[in-house]
Formats: sequence, C-alpha cells, structure tokens
Amino acid sequence: MTGQTSATFHGIGVSAGTAVGPLVVVAAPPTPPADEAPTTDAAQAGVLVRAALEAVATGLEARAAKAEAHARPILEAGAMMARDPGLVASIDGQLQGGLGLTTAVTAAVEEYCAMFESLGGYMAERVTDLRDVRDRAVARLLDQPEPGIPSLSEPSILAAQDLAPAETATLTAEICLGIITAAGGPTSHTAILAAQLGIPAIVQAVGILEVPAGSIVAMDGGVGEITVDPTAAEVQLLAERKRRREAALAGGTGKGSTKDGYPVALLANIGTAEDARKAAALPVEGVGLFRTEFLFLDRETMPTVEEQTATYIEVFEAFGDRRVVVRTLDAGADKPLKFADLGPEENPALGRRGLRLGMVRTDILDAQLQALAAAYQATKADVRVMAPMVATQAEAVWFADRVRALGLPQVGVMIEVPAAAIRSKGILYHVDFASLGTNDLSQYTMAADRMQGELADLLSPWEPALLDVIALACDGGAEMGKPIGVCGEAGGDPALALVLVGLGVKSLSMAPGKVPAVRTSLAAHSLHTCQQMAAAARAAITGAQAKAAVMAMAAPVLADLL
Amino acid sequence: MATRQVSIASSVGLHARPASLFVQAVTATGLPVTIAKEGGNPVDARSILVVMALGAKHGETVTITAEGEGAEAALDSLVELLSRDLDAE
Repeated sequence: MTGQTSATFHGIGVSAGTAVGPLVVVAAPPTPPADEAPTTDAAQAGVLVRAALEAVATGLEARAAKAEAHARPILEAGAMMARDPGLVASIDGQLQGGLGLTTAVTAAVEEYCAMFESLGGYMAERVTDLRDVRDRAVARLLDQPEPGIPSLSEPSILAAQDLAPAETATLTAEICLGIITAAGGPTSHTAILAAQLGIPAIVQAVGILEVPAGSIVAMDGGVGEITVDPTAAEVQLLAERKRRREAALAGGTGKGSTKDGYPVALLANIGTAEDARKAAALPVEGVGLFRTEFLFLDRETMPTVEEQTATYIEVFEAFGDRRVVVRTLDAGADKPLKFADLGPEENPALGRRGLRLGMVRTDILDAQLQALAAAYQATKADVRVMAPMVATQAEAVWFADRVRALGLPQVGVMIEVPAAAIRSKGILYHVDFASLGTNDLSQYTMAADRMQGELADLLSPWEPALLDVIALACDGGAEMGKPIGVCGEAGGDPALALVLVGLGVKSLSMAPGKVPAVRTSLAAHSLHTCQQMAAAARAAITGAQAKAAVMAMAAPVLADLL
Repeated sequence: MATRQVSIASSVGLHARPASLFVQAVTATGLPVTIAKEGGNPVDARSILVVMALGAKHGETVTITAEGEGAEAALDSLVELLSRDLDAE
C-alpha cells in the first residue's frame, strides 16, 4: 500500500456506518456491438448460443439454490427461460437469416417482448425477466461478466450505477459490507432498503465506476466519504470514528426523550411479519409505519381476509401492548397491482395512488379494514390505522367513517400532500392523529421526482420550504391537540430529528437500525434547543445552510453520530 | 398421432404458474407435444415462452397433440391437468 495513491471523494451518505473492503463492480448490461460480423455458419453459431444460454441457466439455478425463499422463483423462472426451446428456435431463425450472434439473440428476445407487451398485465412484466436473460447471454457471448450483482466470494463493497430493488433485496450485511451507487437519490428504494438491512450506503458518488474493481475502498455511509486505496492512517481514522460512534450509541435503551425529559416516541418502520419479529426484539416503542404492500404485490389475486387477518395478528402479537400504526395499501400507478390496475397514467406520482385507489376499489380497502378489525378484536392491541396520500378533509372524513364503523380504535392520515399539511387543522378535526411522510411531502412541495437522482439537491430534507410546510402541519396539530409524527427518512437523521421535534413532532418512526443514534441525539439536547434549531433552520436560505446552522448549535456528540 | 381437446380451467388462463406447471408436465413426458387454439397453428408446448404467448384464456378450448410411444396416456394426463384450476391449488 503506497500512501501517495489514496484518493478521496464524496457522495451523499444514506445509511450510516463504516466499511473497508474490496470493491466489486456490478456490471452494466452489455450492448451488442454495432459492427458485429454477420453469421455465415448458422449451425456453429447455434452451438455457441446454446452454450451461452446453458451457462446462464446454470448460473441462475446456482443462485436460486442459495437465495432466500422470496427471491428463488424469479431466478428459477429465469433459468427456465434461458433453456426455452421456443427461444432457441427463434434465435436459430435469426442466425439463419444472417444476423450476428448477439444481434440474433437480441432480435429473438425482442420479438417475444413485443408479443408479451401487447398482451399486457402479467405478461408485460415478464419482459423484464426475459431481457435480463438476454443481457446475461449477450454478456457471455461477448466474454464479459454477466450484469447484475455477481456471487460474492468474500465480504465486499458493491459499486453500481444504481441497483434494482430486487437486487438489493438479495443482499445481506454479512457478505455485502457497503453499497456505493453513482446515481440514485437519498429516498430511492436502494437507500431505504440498505438502511433497513443495516448496510452502509452512499448514493450520487459520481466517479465510483471509474475505480478499478478489486481496489480496497474505505467508506463512511454517514458523511458520504469514500477513500480509494486508503493509507493505514486513514483506515485507523475510520476505525476511530466507528469506535466513537459505537460509544455514543451505547447510551441506553429507554424511551426517547429530550435532555429535559420531553417525551418523543421512537418507533420502527416495518414491511413484513419477519420485520415485525426482528424490530419487536429491539428497544423501540412500537411501529410508526407498517407498510402493508408486501401482502398485495407480486400476486395474481387479492389476498383473502383470512390470510390478511392471520398476518396482522402475527404483527400485533409481536409488539404486545406497544403501538402499531398500520398504513392501508399504498399502491398505484408506480406500484401497480395485478388485480387492481387502473391503466397507465401520464404522471403516476400525481395519479390514482394511495387512498385515491382505495376510493375506486373499495372492495380491496374494505377487505383490508375488515381483516385489521378482526386482528384487533383477536389481540386488543394498540392498533392505529392510517390512510396514505390524503389531500382533503372530505377524503379524511370518508376514510375515518369507514374505519370507525368497523370498531377500530384509532384512525389517522398520512400527510404527504402539501394541501393536507396546509389544512392539517381541518383534517385533524376528523381524525385522531397524522403522520408526515417526508419523502413524498418533499417531492410534492418541491415538484421534484424523488426517483430522479439529479434532483437530489431540491429534495434535501433540510430544504427550508419543506420545514415550513412541516411547521404548518404541526401548528394545525397543536391547535387541535392531536399528535403528529414523522415516518419518512428524515425522522431517522439524528440532526434533523432535533429540528422535527422543535417543530412540534411527537413521534419519530424510522428503519430500526437508526433508532439508537436518534435516541442519543435527543438525550443530548433540550426541547428549547430543538426549538431554537428549528427556528434557525427555517431562517436559512438553503438546505445546506439550515444544516450548518443546526450543527453549530449542537452538542459535540452529534458529530460522532453522523 | 394422438389428439385431445380440452377447455382451460385455470381462472387466469394458461398464464403464469398454470403455464409453467403445464410446460413442466409436457417436458416430463419426453414427447414432442404441440398445443393450438381453435383455428390457430399448433405450437411447441415444451416452450414456456411460446405457451404464454399463445394467450389461451379461461374457458377457451385448445387442441393438444403428441406423437410416439405412450402419446395417448401422456395426453390423458395433460388433459387432466388443464381441466383443473391450477392457480387455485
């Protein structure tokens, strides 16, 4: 290791923690060369294609054997497609027509893709799987590594342009030390999932793909710093940061409160019954966001009331007398359901999603509410049901009536549309509580697509305009004497959490791994300091200035938590 | 050559899991089996892509044919499979 060669650069830290390890680059899909030689010997070319497809199928099967249960069927279906006699026959046809090797594979696959897309629904979604098989086969034919996450032979740091949610879901903290992407935003699914899995992650690290694979890389997912070929001193510095962070986090497991004893409930965001069991074992005060989508996505038909009830009981029982805030199905054009597809939309984020879908497909919403009511009756747990994507008082009334008619004890709404934040007093007149979804509230306040990494600056949760909108929502809550919490990523940031509390937020829900840092941060600051920080942040001109102002007022321990 | 006609019983049609189960059963027979919709050309029933692209819906009648030793018995078992609602199982 030569100390002179180390290079440091920055991205946006989205999942705290440090890591040092070899860099594994997730290859981008290959493109068939434009100047590919035409096929003259179709029989011989057919042999090469068959060998490539067989290698792809074998590779997918090997991964399926090692994968977790939920990822296995996708990988097995891919292997089946790679061995499909119909596909091979089509490729043979293209080769006989004189197309070059990879061009023939691409043409044959696209023929099926066009057919599947015209059939729509389930078939149209298989197009992604089919193109994945194509990319792998083409890469093999070009003697390149298969695209996607390779099987890791030793614990490594992954670098990619961006990662698909399905790819991230197959990772574990044991084998994946960290994730660095060149694109992606702080609220992208990769970022959320990495935090959920407790894997340090940095997004928007422009230049990471130019770092040679196999280089030793040191990363700090809190501040977003990456060092290539770190010196021994730099590794030591990172270890020191890690030690200080761990020492700061060792500060207790009690309920969340400020230095002067003002209580702030620290809650977990969960998505499955398995998440519930893991989170329930941790010192959290309950669940602030139970995303119920997993019961509905990737299914041909609606889950029955009985099946839903059984899952909800499992989750409620895991938390005993601790609260569980359940968000009803939040699907729509960007997360379509096979059994409730309302057709393509020009602007999915502004379309019929969340409660808007529930109001069209009342059968789906009512079945879910019935199951929640049955699970509540069976457990008498502290269940609080809330609707996503509420914009108006009328929607809040409509939802609250339906929930209360079934005997469920508490009903609330998500505040993620600025209209709901501006008129939160009126909305809270009709419901018992509200929860701020800061990710969507940010994208709607700033009119910036949260999936578009280039807009990350506009989507900073420190943006003073966003803080103003949150303040409006909290003021309405205070006037009505009803609690408002936060369940977006902002609540898990130990610095921003102080600002939110200063604005009047009563509970913070986050990936369970983020709770200890937020607990420590709260315990080091009084409510008065939090209020002063909120005022200073709102007085700033930019998000960066808002953060700097807060950091200047913070206790020294906060720097160790980031 | 053995031939049978059968109406698709699976509620989602010959798609997704039902298609996958059917193709696996066909492949297990080791025989060249074809499947055709009414008035359509017979296609290779060993190919999941071809079978899914066929787009046979619930209640539609398909014709399956096979050649070789055990073709009659193989088709009987395939008819039995398609007569069940595979998606509900």
